[in-house]
Amino acid sequence: MIETALTDLWYGFGVALEPHNIMWCFIGVLVGNMVGVLPGMGPLATISILLPLTFGIKPVGAILMLAGVMYGAQYGGAICSILLNLPCHPPHAVTCLDGFPMTKQGKGGVALGLTVFASFVGASWGITEMIFLAPVLVEVALQFGPAEICSLMLLGLLAGSTLARGSPIKGVAMTVLGLMLGIVGTDLETGAERFTFGMTHLDDGIELIALALGLFGIAEFMNSVNQVSIVNAKYAKVRLRDMRPSKKDFKRSIAPMFRGTIVGSLCALIPGTGPTIASFVAYATEKKISKHPDKFGTGLIEGVVCPEASTHSSVQGDFIPTMSLGIPGDAVMALLLGALMIQGIVPGPQLIKEHPDIFWGLVASFWIGNILLVLLNVPLIGIWVKLLTIPYKYLYPSAMFFVCIGVYAANNDMFQVAETVVIGILGYTLLRLGFHPAPILLGFVLGPRFEENFRRAMLISRGDILVFIERPISAVFIALCVILIGTQVYVRLRGGKRPIPADVFESSLESAE
Amino acid sequence: MIAFGLVMSLKGPTYRMGTLMHMGPGFMPTALGVILICLGIAIIAPALLLEPGEDEDILPEHREWFAWGCILASPVAFILFGSYGGLAPATFSCVFVAAMGDRTMTYRQATILSAVITVFGVGLFHYLLQVPMPVLEWRGL
Repeated sequence: MIETALTDLWYGFGVALEPHNIMWCFIGVLVGNMVGVLPGMGPLATISILLPLTFGIKPVGAILMLAGVMYGAQYGGAICSILLNLPCHPPHAVTCLDGFPMTKQGKGGVALGLTVFASFVGASWGITEMIFLAPVLVEVALQFGPAEICSLMLLGLLAGSTLARGSPIKGVAMTVLGLMLGIVGTDLETGAERFTFGMTHLDDGIELIALALGLFGIAEFMNSVNQVSIVNAKYAKVRLRDMRPSKKDFKRSIAPMFRGTIVGSLCALIPGTGPTIASFVAYATEKKISKHPDKFGTGLIEGVVCPEASTHSSVQGDFIPTMSLGIPGDAVMALLLGALMIQGIVPGPQLIKEHPDIFWGLVASFWIGNILLVLLNVPLIGIWVKLLTIPYKYLYPSAMFFVCIGVYAANNDMFQVAETVVIGILGYTLLRLGFHPAPILLGFVLGPRFEENFRRAMLISRGDILVFIERPISAVFIALCVILIGTQVYVRLRGGKRPIPADVFESSLESAE
Repeated sequence: MIAFGLVMSLKGPTYRMGTLMHMGPGFMPTALGVILICLGIAIIAPALLLEPGEDEDILPEHREWFAWGCILASPVAFILFGSYGGLAPATFSCVFVAAMGDRTMTYRQATILSAVITVFGVGLFHYLLQVPMPVLEWRGL
């Protein structure tokens, strides 16, 4: 078992170390890191914008690059939150609590240096988990019929939408909306046109890129235009020399790093609990364990490394269900799956068997990418800090161009640019109404496959809906769904009107105090 | 909770479209439509029960109609100039229009920015990535 995993991993390194693959990985990490540093650009926007650029690349290179963009952006976000107190990505909100005070004390460099290290530790653990867990999951998943896949997807959708930010009902509503958007186009089985309103352009469905860029590009720009104040970079002067942590700091942060890593990997195992929850829980745990909890928030190194290690470990862990089962845990994963589908690769349990180069290459590239990240960030930190001061007014018009050309280049079709505009308006309206658009993407990517499997299951069981409960594995998933909804309703009734995630965070933070 | 009548009107049409579909391919949309209606009601109900509190406006405090217009007009400009003029004018107009949305942006800065992005964009997308779109060409109206 372990032996085969290691041989496969060896093979993966062979794939990932091919010159062009390593180049794409490098470009991905570099660009991701660069864009992630910029305030107001999270991993979702970055990946959506860069997605069209990967069409010309072979599937392996494309996915390596996009994954690189993702964890590069993740790391870049940490820089932004530590130096400027601006969390551009929700998981980093906690990092700000202790990271920015450290910067104020002139220890921002140390915080950054140790963050690099913590991320690396967290990611390494997540990758190791992936190497050993994913093949096991696949063994199980290969016995799945349409009914099982269907109920598993249902669980994934529910978990992804209820455990994310904001109100769970709104999350589910957004997922359903995403499912509906996924229906647009020609029906797979009968060839009937659905929701195309007679527009032949819509026959192939809504383009994933148009949707992603509309929701996370245009809508976000509309939200933040003229709102982003001029960045205060007065504390953000970091030189290479400052990044070397003292022995004392290093010693102090090792234990929190590993604790954060473990919390993160545990959170990754529960579907739907992404890096945001992982980092909050890690911070709370660290505070609880600490001998001097009252000092948290004043610039303790523990409060920086623990959530960062946890975030990275859970991000890597999220790849496990995405790659082995084809069920993405959050919107970023959904986007990566979408990218695979565009490349003509069907995600699901068969992926590891049919495309070992993609899976093991990806795993190996995580190591390489994370090492690159460490190597890149040490000498380039000065440049990142300069990037932070680029005003938003230069940033978003340039990004608009990338949005336009990106959507156009996907199919060389101007109609899709118009599609993006419409989706952008919709996305902005939803954002103002307090709906978070991320679950839409989740529903959109899983929708067509959900429908296909649902119909197939119905066909096999001759229209007997009870098939989902009669088959044992499927019944377990359905039971989990019911439990999930049950707890949400229970917590809601007990906790009053407050949205659940806030409750979870608050209670965990409170209990830590 | 900000969701109000707008949510309802948002969900309404989805329902109608759903039920109009015939049984085979229409099953899924109909089912989803019904679910969405239920969720819509679930979202609105608490908001309605807890008597409408202070003015809950869906628009943010700063209404940037002009900026929003600029951002939305920018892809439109891209489409227009892209269809009739090619990549270079499309890029220039797209960036320029979007840039005007910012309050502190001057014409001079916007022009320089657009020019830089145009050169960069044409270089990257036309020459490097070979996007099939002419750089400059008048196709007439």
